[in-house]
Amino acid sequence: MKKNLGILGILLFVFIATAMGSDSFFTAYNLFNLVERSSLYGIIGIGVAFVIITGGIDLSIGSFIGLVAVTFPFVVVSHEMSLGVGLLTILALSVIAGITHGLLITKLKLQPFVVTLCGLMIYRGISRWMVADKTMGYADDKFEGLKIMVSSMNKLPGFQNVEWAKHVPVAFLILVALGIVAAIFLNKTIYGRYLLALGRNEQAARFSGINTAAMTVLAYVICSLITGFGGLLFALDNGSIQPDSFGNFYELYAIAAAVLGGCSLRGGEGSVFGVILGATLMRLLMNSISMLGISDQLEQTVIGTVILVGVIVDELVKRYAARRNAIQQAKQANT
Amino acid sequence: MSDHNSTSLLTVKDVTKRFPGVTALSRINLTLAAGEILALIGENGAGKSTLMKILAGVQLPDEGQIFVSGKPVTLDSVQASQACGIALIHQELNLSGNLDVGANIFLGREPKSFGLIDKRRIREQSATLLARVGLNVSPDTLVDTLPIGQQQLVEIARALSVDAKVLIMDEPTSSLSQHETARLLEVVKDLRSRGVSVIYISHRLGEVKELADRVAVFRDGENAGELSRDEITHDRMVRLMVGRDISQFYARKPHTPGATVLEVRDLQTPANIGHRLNFSVKAGEIVGVSGLVGAGRTEMLQVLFGVDQAVSGTVSVDGKPIQLNSPRDAINAGIALVPEDRKQQGVILQMAVRTNIGLAGLKKYQKPGGFLNKLQEGRDSANMIDRLRIRTPHERQVVQFLSGGNQQKVVLGKWLSMKPKILLLDEPTRGIDIGAKQEIYLLMEELAAQGVAILFVSSEMEEVLGMSDRTLVMHEGRITGELTREQLSEEAIMQLATGNSAYAESTK
Repeated sequence: MKKNLGILGILLFVFIATAMGSDSFFTAYNLFNLVERSSLYGIIGIGVAFVIITGGIDLSIGSFIGLVAVTFPFVVVSHEMSLGVGLLTILALSVIAGITHGLLITKLKLQPFVVTLCGLMIYRGISRWMVADKTMGYADDKFEGLKIMVSSMNKLPGFQNVEWAKHVPVAFLILVALGIVAAIFLNKTIYGRYLLALGRNEQAARFSGINTAAMTVLAYVICSLITGFGGLLFALDNGSIQPDSFGNFYELYAIAAAVLGGCSLRGGEGSVFGVILGATLMRLLMNSISMLGISDQLEQTVIGTVILVGVIVDELVKRYAARRNAIQQAKQANT
Repeated sequence: MSDHNSTSLLTVKDVTKRFPGVTALSRINLTLAAGEILALIGENGAGKSTLMKILAGVQLPDEGQIFVSGKPVTLDSVQASQACGIALIHQELNLSGNLDVGANIFLGREPKSFGLIDKRRIREQSATLLARVGLNVSPDTLVDTLPIGQQQLVEIARALSVDAKVLIMDEPTSSLSQHETARLLEVVKDLRSRGVSVIYISHRLGEVKELADRVAVFRDGENAGELSRDEITHDRMVRLMVGRDISQFYARKPHTPGATVLEVRDLQTPANIGHRLNFSVKAGEIVGVSGLVGAGRTEMLQVLFGVDQAVSGTVSVDGKPIQLNSPRDAINAGIALVPEDRKQQGVILQMAVRTNIGLAGLKKYQKPGGFLNKLQEGRDSANMIDRLRIRTPHERQVVQFLSGGNQQKVVLGKWLSMKPKILLLDEPTRGIDIGAKQEIYLLMEELAAQGVAILFVSSEMEEVLGMSDRTLVMHEGRITGELTREQLSEEAIMQLATGNSAYAESTK
């Protein structure tokens, strides 16, 4: 928690500054959208955090989201299968992708960067070819039930007449539930401990009897499952899917969220809460840029700059802490 | 003792260096005359390497001064050190194997013509330098294709190319064969006759006796004493290094071993195919494994621990053959390994002491649903910290900030909590201070008394002599001999370690 104070500070600062600088920011409509979008990015951020914690990376997330978003209506609408078959298909896709990434990385010892970079290209091509670049829609009635996940809480049974529920995106509830489960898994179970240990030092973990290959594959499967689910949410929310571009760069946003939230790309470090804050900050910045009338051509530049500054500050703080610790140790050793 | 006279080429005065948790050097003094070979000895962790790094400009001292030819100097970079005529030849060779000999000698200082590397000049000058170190290879030879002994000579040629007046050699013979060693010693003597001064760091007291004009001994980061040429004897050197009578230092008591616990039959390791290893270890027995660096000892332990898979052969525990496909299999069979590379394989430096101690046995703390019983884990690690006297402010301290000896105790603690039947130790006392060393010896003794079978690899002669009930000696992947406590001597180990397997037979 202490680690995330910096980013929490930036988050509050940007939030207050935007609220003061723009009339339309602090409105129910805008905040609802902000929270919903932040939640979706937070979800895929948590997914990629699992592989980053093992010292890996997943660059295929954006393309995979595109693949899921295209495949689902392709199965359910174009081929008129049932919703269940559609869901099973994307579930199977996610598991297969995760296992494939994981096995290539652990058994063939390929670099995660290379494996998932190839995934990025492969999945995008399949998406486009499968539907011949046709825009896929989610207007069919079959999707109505699923769309509750990207609407407000008052659509849920039992909350129809609750006034505040209409301001709470269901996606946010999903994020909270997923976040709690992920945090418990990472911090309270022996498997989470295994993941953190192998991310820090794969060799020492293996020498301690941990099946590091199996744990790494598990991390990629978790990542792909969450990505697949996140992709479905993004698709339902968006409604109209361009096979050649839907999901582009999402992997970078997810990775940026994880890094902003304290994940080290060297592995072994990361908190679920931090990742959620990271994703929120990124969405907030995008929102603020349009609210404050900054040219949206500068959007990525602003986000990139904020991430860079965040990482630099984080590094400086770490060095300061390490030096203080060393001095303390030297003092103890001398007494 | 050490007179800071004006004729000394290099003078180290009251140098102190601290690292987090440990004072590596404490008011060290050293002098070196022109054309002198000074042997620097001391146990691992005595501070030799730290001082060498300071002299090479890799680290700055916290206190004290260094004089070259009587003038105070600041060695704040490798370049500054080279400018003073000091060159360090590292324990691990620092050559680029993918480049040729000439390119390595002139790396970073390439002679140029028209802005491009002048290969002809490199070739000519390299040939001269190679002749000086008695190495008869073309400067165009790729370094990777040379045996390690010749690579060592390339390193020396590189040092000579910067016109080094002081050559620091850190364990230059640790991976050389007997023949290569003899060659190297000749080269060093030749350099001396040309006026080059050498600081020679070695654990091989035989070499030191042959080579050194003077011996300086470090112990726990302090000057422990000096011996002039005619005072150099094996016993005096050991006594200064250990600081007390060795008979008290090593704890091994006479005893009778129990039944055979570990039995290895015709084991071929992937690193040394064609050599079959056969031996056994009994309950309560401490078996030492001696040999040169690269003799295949670590590779053998890694196969026994399931890190690498055997090509053929059987490993039995308590008479039952076991499959070793992963460290998990080994752990399940009651085998534990304290690996050679502590920081990479033994501990997870950035994690807490308690996390490290609990790591191998997390399944013990598993509650339904995979939840971790942190309370029990904490209690057990606290007990282990007490039992092994691990000096840490608290159990949540990050292992990184512990001294080497305490880090090693964390590794031991991890395994003791698993109650192993067989304990494999790979250089268990490397880089740790004398106090912790003795504690580890006592622990080995205690575990053996409880019936644990211990197999320990060590390059430290004194340790093998002091602790083993029986010693296996390896050379180039095979076991060249087995020495009982009665047959055990430094001479016997060195003969077998350099491949003279007839030796053991002749003494029987």
